[in-house]
Amino acid sequence: MKHTASVTLVLTAIWLANSGHYTALLLGFGVVSIALVVWIGHRMDVVDHESQPLHLTGKLPGYYLWLLKNIIASNIDVVRRAWVGPSAISPQFETVPADQKTDIGRVIYANSINLTPGTLSVEVGEDTILVHSLTREGMVSLKSGEMNRRVCGLEE
Amino acid sequence: MSPLEIISAVLLAIGSFLVLSGAIGLLRFPDVYSRMHAAGITDTLGAVAILLGLMFLAGWTLVLAKLIMILLFLLLTGPTASHTLGKAAWKSGLQPLTDGREPAGDSGKGAE
Repeated sequence: MKHTASVTLVLTAIWLANSGHYTALLLGFGVVSIALVVWIGHRMDVVDHESQPLHLTGKLPGYYLWLLKNIIASNIDVVRRAWVGPSAISPQFETVPADQKTDIGRVIYANSINLTPGTLSVEVGEDTILVHSLTREGMVSLKSGEMNRRVCGLEE
Repeated sequence: MSPLEIISAVLLAIGSFLVLSGAIGLLRFPDVYSRMHAAGITDTLGAVAILLGLMFLAGWTLVLAKLIMILLFLLLTGPTASHTLGKAAWKSGLQPLTDGREPAGDSGKGAE
């Protein structure tokens, strides 16, 4: 029920922000289209804790802040290496452990690896992720496991 | 120029520089996987800086809400797209170039 309410709220916000026309007719169309999408979502059985991870809402902002800091730092690093050229990179290709218990935890971890330039998740397994890293340092810092731990912390 | 316009101009300049750097890395790095890292600059901080710059120009209008939505969708779909691209390259048997100290990979279709 709360997942239905959440998806309705999100769709309403998206519709209102994209429309800009608030006449009765168009608002009516909006209501109908949102109802249709929510209904289809239910039929597809995708309105659940995975598409609407409400249980993570409280912890996500802190994690995003930490991730943003990492993204900025690794962007600067990759920019420098792009200008220096191929001599500045030392590509690595290894599996790293993913200790998350849930699918959504692993997805957040793999997506975080991807959002950070310099590391790319190539294949997600049951408890490992195959990662390509632009540099040896990038692989070492990923293997130190801080991101892994922080994503695990989200699940609790 | 108003202060907001100056902030916007600085952010747009930073964003342009980041996108340019991404393009240069894309051309200079040796293989698909390392090139995707360069494209990652354009994906993340480049897009963030340019969209933030546009947000400062938009002011408190509906355009601001749309720019925020573009940013969110970009950050949510970008990593999934690059994962798919990387996985497709790996599944079709493309070996990444590594710096030679470690054997490349330990699973998938690669040569054992």
